[in-house]
Amino acid sequence: MSTKKGLQAMTAKQLTQYVLNKQELFILDVRNESDFQDWKVEGESIRIVNIPYFDLLDGVDAAMEQLPADQDVLVVCAKEGSSKFVAEQLVEAGRETVSYLEGGMKAWSEHLEPVEVGRMKDGGVIYQFVRIGKGCLSYMIVSGGEAVVVDAVRMVDVFEDFARDKGVRIKHVLDTHLHADHISGGRKLAERTGAVYWLPEKDAGEVVYAYQKLEEGHDLTVGKTTIRIQPLHSPGHTSGSTSILVDDRYLLTGDILFIESIGRPDLAGMAEDWVGDLRHTLYARYKELSEELIVLPAHFGKITELGERGKVAARLGDLYRFNPGLNIQDEAEFRTTVTEHLPQQPNAYQEIRQTNMGLLTPDEEEQREMEIGPNRCAVHDK
Amino acid sequence: MASQIHANQILDCKGLACPMPIVKTKKAIQVLEAGHVLEVQATDKGSTADIQSWAKNTGHQYLGTVQEGDVLKHYLRKAGPHEAKEEARYPHTITAGELMNKLEKGERMTILDVREPAEYAFHRIPEAKSIPLGELEDRAGELDPAEEIYVVCRTGNRSDLACRQLAGKGYRNVKNVLAGMAGWTGPTESDE
Repeated sequence: MSTKKGLQAMTAKQLTQYVLNKQELFILDVRNESDFQDWKVEGESIRIVNIPYFDLLDGVDAAMEQLPADQDVLVVCAKEGSSKFVAEQLVEAGRETVSYLEGGMKAWSEHLEPVEVGRMKDGGVIYQFVRIGKGCLSYMIVSGGEAVVVDAVRMVDVFEDFARDKGVRIKHVLDTHLHADHISGGRKLAERTGAVYWLPEKDAGEVVYAYQKLEEGHDLTVGKTTIRIQPLHSPGHTSGSTSILVDDRYLLTGDILFIESIGRPDLAGMAEDWVGDLRHTLYARYKELSEELIVLPAHFGKITELGERGKVAARLGDLYRFNPGLNIQDEAEFRTTVTEHLPQQPNAYQEIRQTNMGLLTPDEEEQREMEIGPNRCAVHDK
Repeated sequence: MASQIHANQILDCKGLACPMPIVKTKKAIQVLEAGHVLEVQATDKGSTADIQSWAKNTGHQYLGTVQEGDVLKHYLRKAGPHEAKEEARYPHTITAGELMNKLEKGERMTILDVREPAEYAFHRIPEAKSIPLGELEDRAGELDPAEEIYVVCRTGNRSDLACRQLAGKGYRNVKNVLAGMAGWTGPTESDE
C-alpha cells in the first residue's frame, strides 16, 4: 500500500513495477467502453473495472462502490485529463489516496523497460527493452564499447540514453523484418547515431531510403571481442524475416516464433504463399539448431509470457515441447491454423508498413494514433 | 460537405482536452431546447468516440461528425419528452415499407423530411425535400397540394405534428410515414 495521501501521480515506470512485481493494484479505467475493450493495462495482480468518465460527471458514487478497501487505486484514461478529474473527485468523496496515470494510456504504450537478459562468453551483455503496454521487444547487444540494436521501436531516445549511460557507441541497427504492428525506430536511430541500418532485402520492397542488406552468411561483430551476430533467413511472417544468432547462444526470432505462439503470415497480404515458408522455418530450419539456444522474440502476446523481472525468453527445446504452434504435426491443420480464424489485424497495419518503408511520413501525434492498441502479431493472440 | 449544416447552438471546445469537451457539452445541452441541434467544435481526436458513447448513455441523438481541417464538428440533437408521448394521432399513415414499394414503382410524389437540417444532411431518403418542422408554418407554400405528400421524421412523431399542421392549412393528400427514418430500410443518401 502506498503511504502518501490525497491525489498522486503514478508514472508508467511505477505502474510497470506493479505489473512485474505482481503487486496488487485496483485500476479504474475511465475511457469509453470500446477503447477499453480494445486494449487495457494487464497484469496478474491487477484488477480492472471500466466506468467511462462521462458517466461520472454527476458524481462518483458508482465508482466509489467498486473501490476495494485495502488496495492501491489507480485511475487511467487515454491521455491523463479525465483520470485526474475523476481521481480528484474520488479523493473529495472520501477515498484517502488515489493515483492517476501520468500521460495516460499514451505514456503506457510508449514506456520501455530495459531488462538484462544474459551475458556473453567474452563479457558482453544483451539487454531486452520491454514495451510492456504494447507487447514489443527490442534488443541491445553491448560489448567492448560498442552496441548493436535490434528491432528498435520509435522511442529512440531511450536507446540513445541507455547507450550513453553504458558509455557505448551504437554501431549497427537491425530490423529482423518490415514491421506491421508498430513503427520502427531503426532508421531514425541509425541516422541519429551514425550507425549502419540493416534490413532484409526481400522485405525492403518499395523502401525509399538507403539500407544495408541483412543477409545470411554475412556476420556482424560488435566490440573488440568477437560476438558473432549471424543472420539466418527464416521466412514466414514476411518473406525476408531473418533471425539473429548472437554468440551461438541467443536466437532473436523476430515475429516468426514467440514464447506461447508463432507468427502470422497474413499481414502483408500473402498468407497463402508464406504458409509453406513459415512451416519450413519452424519445423525444419529451427529444428537443426541447438535446443539450448535462448529464444528472444520481438513480441509477447500475453502478460503471462513475462518472466523474472519482465524478461521474455525461453529455451528453444522447451518451446518445441510446450508452444502449441510448434506442435501441429499435420500440415493441413497447420495451414488452417495460420490462415483461418486469425485474430483481428493490428490497428492501421497497412499504414504502418508504408511508414516503415518511408512512403508515409506521419507526424508524432499521427504515429501515436496508428500504434494504438495491442500488437496482434501472433497466431494465437485474441 | 456540400452544404452548411444548421445547428441551433454552437459550442466551442477547440483546444480543450478530455474531459472538458464532454463536461461543456453536458452543460450546454441541459439548457438547450428539446429537439434543437448542438454543434460541438473540438480538436481532441478522442472526442468523437466519447461523444457517441455519452449520447447513447444519455438518450440524446448523435447525428454525426464532420471534420474541417483540425476541427471536429459533432452534431447532437437534444431528445425531448414529447417524442415518447402518445397524442391524438393524425389518422392517415403509411408504413416505410409501403412507401418503398410506391417509390420503386416510380409513382410521382413529394417526400417531405421535417427533421432538423443536420439530421437530413447525414441520412435521408433520396430526393426528399427538407423543411424542418419549425419552418413549416412559413414554408408550407413550397408544397404542391395536388401531389401526394409523404411526411417523414426520425420516429414518426414530428411528422405526425407536421401532418396535422398541413391538414389545418387545407392539404388533403398528406400521409405520415411510420416509423420514420428508424423504420426505413431502403436506400439513403447524405451530403458527404
